[in-house]
Amino acid sequence: MFQGKHSDSRIQKIPDAEQDIRLLSQLGEEQTLGKKLGRMAKENPLAVISAAVILVLILGAVFAPVLTPYSYTGMDLRNRLAAPSAAHLFGTDEGGRDILTRLLYGSRISLLTGVVPALLSLVLGTALGILSGFAGGKTDSLIMRLADIMLAIPSMLLAMVIMYTLGGGLGNVFLTLTLVNWAGVARIIRSETLKLKNTEYVEAARVIGVSKSRIMLRHILPNCVPTMIVLFTLNIPSSILTESSLSFLGLGVQAPDASWGLMINAGRQYLYTAPWLCFVPGIAIMVTVLAFNFLGDGLRDVLDPHQNRE
Amino acid sequence: MIRNICRRLGESVIVLLGVALMIFVMLRIVPGNPVATMMGEHADLAVIERMTAELGLDQPVYIQFIRYITGALKGDFGTSYSLGKPVSFLMGTAFGNTLKLALFAALFAWALGIACGISAAARKNGLADHLFMGVSLMGVSMPIFMVAMLLQYVFAYHLHWLPISGINDWRGFLLPAVALGWNSAGSISRLVRSTLLDILQEDYIDTARGKGRTQAGVLIFHAFRNALLPVITMMALQFSSLLSGAVITETVFSINGIGRLAVQAIAGRDIPLLEGTALFTTLVVILGNLAADCLYDILDPRIRKEV
Amino acid sequence: MEHNILEIDHLHVVFPSSKGETSPVNDVSLRVPAGKTVGIVGESGCGKSMTARAVMGLIHAPGRITEGEIRLCGRDLRKLSEKEYCSLRGSEVSMIFQEPMTSLNPVMKAGHQVEEVLRLHTDIPESELKQRVIDIFRAVGITEPEKRYNCYPHELSGGLRQRVIIAMAMICRPRLMIADEPTTALDVTVQAQILRLMKDLVSDDTGLLVISHDLGVIAKLCDYVYVMYAGRIVEESDIFTLFDDPQHPYTKGLMDAVGSLRRDAEVLSTIPGVVPSLAHLPAGCSFCLRCENGSDRCEKELPGLIQTGPGHKVRCHLMKEAGQ
Repeated sequence: MFQGKHSDSRIQKIPDAEQDIRLLSQLGEEQTLGKKLGRMAKENPLAVISAAVILVLILGAVFAPVLTPYSYTGMDLRNRLAAPSAAHLFGTDEGGRDILTRLLYGSRISLLTGVVPALLSLVLGTALGILSGFAGGKTDSLIMRLADIMLAIPSMLLAMVIMYTLGGGLGNVFLTLTLVNWAGVARIIRSETLKLKNTEYVEAARVIGVSKSRIMLRHILPNCVPTMIVLFTLNIPSSILTESSLSFLGLGVQAPDASWGLMINAGRQYLYTAPWLCFVPGIAIMVTVLAFNFLGDGLRDVLDPHQNRE
Repeated sequence: MIRNICRRLGESVIVLLGVALMIFVMLRIVPGNPVATMMGEHADLAVIERMTAELGLDQPVYIQFIRYITGALKGDFGTSYSLGKPVSFLMGTAFGNTLKLALFAALFAWALGIACGISAAARKNGLADHLFMGVSLMGVSMPIFMVAMLLQYVFAYHLHWLPISGINDWRGFLLPAVALGWNSAGSISRLVRSTLLDILQEDYIDTARGKGRTQAGVLIFHAFRNALLPVITMMALQFSSLLSGAVITETVFSINGIGRLAVQAIAGRDIPLLEGTALFTTLVVILGNLAADCLYDILDPRIRKEV
Repeated sequence: MEHNILEIDHLHVVFPSSKGETSPVNDVSLRVPAGKTVGIVGESGCGKSMTARAVMGLIHAPGRITEGEIRLCGRDLRKLSEKEYCSLRGSEVSMIFQEPMTSLNPVMKAGHQVEEVLRLHTDIPESELKQRVIDIFRAVGITEPEKRYNCYPHELSGGLRQRVIIAMAMICRPRLMIADEPTTALDVTVQAQILRLMKDLVSDDTGLLVISHDLGVIAKLCDYVYVMYAGRIVEESDIFTLFDDPQHPYTKGLMDAVGSLRRDAEVLSTIPGVVPSLAHLPAGCSFCLRCENGSDRCEKELPGLIQTGPGHKVRCHLMKEAGQ
């Protein structure tokens, strides 16, 4: 109803029509991003708790040296495999190192392997997705076939092959997870672009001769932002899970870097004598992933309901 | 419909070729001669050269690729460097185990996921709904090796109910299948629930109630039948992640399957074996997707009659 | 005394919400006599569909009936268990829903959907089911019934779908049929056909309750009419009296709105203002804010239904009781 009114006034006002079109494109969104987040906070306490948990995790990672009296590499062989106690809240590992300390330092790597690849694959996937959806034709089929190929290979095996090629190490883990995740992002952003491409305001922009790159950047990209936020939030836990699986197999992060997956890999042989070696970092992974999933679900509910069904 | 299937078949072949090419190229750009790696530091240079020529590794990459593909079409994926046996033979033995494991896991995931999804949707915001959805989100959020190790620790080590590892009989499959299916069960139940809740808003649900169907009858005979369509697509996608997860599950439970073979291949820097397992697994996934597409067409009259 | 198929007394339906309760159906009483067609007319949101749903026992949560009685052939429907209600729906009382495009299950054959009603309520042997469905298809004017039996809803036109829905509603010969906007979603030509079909639905011992916003539909089908506004009945009368001599200002407005269309008037006659939100109803007459003759009394005091003639009742302070 609103849109109809505004498209009328637009016709009479060609000079700053583009400005109008942009306003029009935002009209569909009745609420600002801030208001939507506020609504989520009110209706979805779990998402708020999750955000708080994530904040605590980040603070823990940043202030790890301040938070614990122990060193994260220093061995204490008299204290090997000690059960949880007041001195060592989560016990010690096979080298007598405090597990809580290792957990805090490990969260630096684990959170990074969640956030960095999610961000990189978001950038890559969004760029290719918008290009694919907007350009159509050969560009589209080339990009989408490439995405098909990436998505056809089971993600774990794809990650293993890429890790084999690149070798272990933190940087290569980032790269691998980016290469594994971009295709999914590209597909969703492409379908979003196709939807936007046929809306009145993009057509109107085309009619008045706005350049293609400008349409992509100024009209389509901003409207993809809600979807991008959701994809970003939901790609973090999946990256953390894949990284932990790779590290669990010994293919991911290499010592002396310590991610939670690597801690479990090292602790696996003590599963029956000192189960906390595996289960403490395991629970840490679970809580982190759960928090991001809850937050992502909450964001999806308020930001783009039509994605719910996918 | 037949034309649709043929088109998809053609697309699948192209994707599969693309996958083969990509994996092939990726594994060939690893620096260093794989033969030298395989034979160790002290190997004779002449021997290495002879072996390289024998394996055709001195040829240009595209010729190697064509050779590989023609071989693969005949079922010859080369010879494993580390195990000294034909890759197809190794995969043949391993695939049976992986397939059994994946099917058990899928069965578990579908049964649990659908049952929980339906009972959660039957009473939205009820106790079952909150309970199942909480548990399923936990299911989705747990790394698969954690589930596997937890099951191992509790049911095999502590309670001695089931074997810790190995698959000598069906009991050996139980824990691995549950560990592997756990994640999928979570996603499936969430999808079943949300799809059902959407469908329950549809007008034809009122019609069915108006006919005198009970709440349960409506849910099962009308809503679920319609919810099946997106669920089937999801199941096909889950099949791919089941095969991904099999890598971990097989490692934890020491099952000789394709996934464990791939892990062994990496440990032994065994390119043909890694290539073979990755390609073969992808083939299985693609076939699974194709089957799901066909099933979708058969179940959805709107598509079936169009062709 | 003539015998009533449906009697509704003082029905209240309440929807709790975060901003307090709303009452889409407020103290509604109505009768559907045997062999007659009764209409409820009103704007969307006035509670007419909700009244129908209440009779079917199909009010969506969190809405519920708080007060009142619904009797079908003397049986109090509110006292039925869910199981008894299910055996009643489709066999004793059935409903023709308003959206033929979406009211049929897309993955079931049309014939099977009608058959389902027979399966649920009768012991007709499996071998005869199909023939019964084809017979009823023919009765509701579906051409090539054998072929349509195997069609999926998306292969049928809107008119055919509505016929399938009508077939579904009448196949068990229910005592009461409720048609909720039976023709709104259809093309004008098809509307006429469906209306003709519906006129023949009523027999001596059954009743039809038609719900519509369209006075034209009501005029063609009904013997007796209830006008609803904001959850309340504001006027009730036989069809001729209502059209000849509408009393309530709202009914008059409705008539004028239709009339001005018919006469191609330059100025479209409308009722000023909008339907008040059900959450903020005035204490008095709910129409008083849009009424030209509204007074202080109208705003504060709820008028009762006043008998203005034989079988003619109006809820308005401006009316005088007949005979006074």
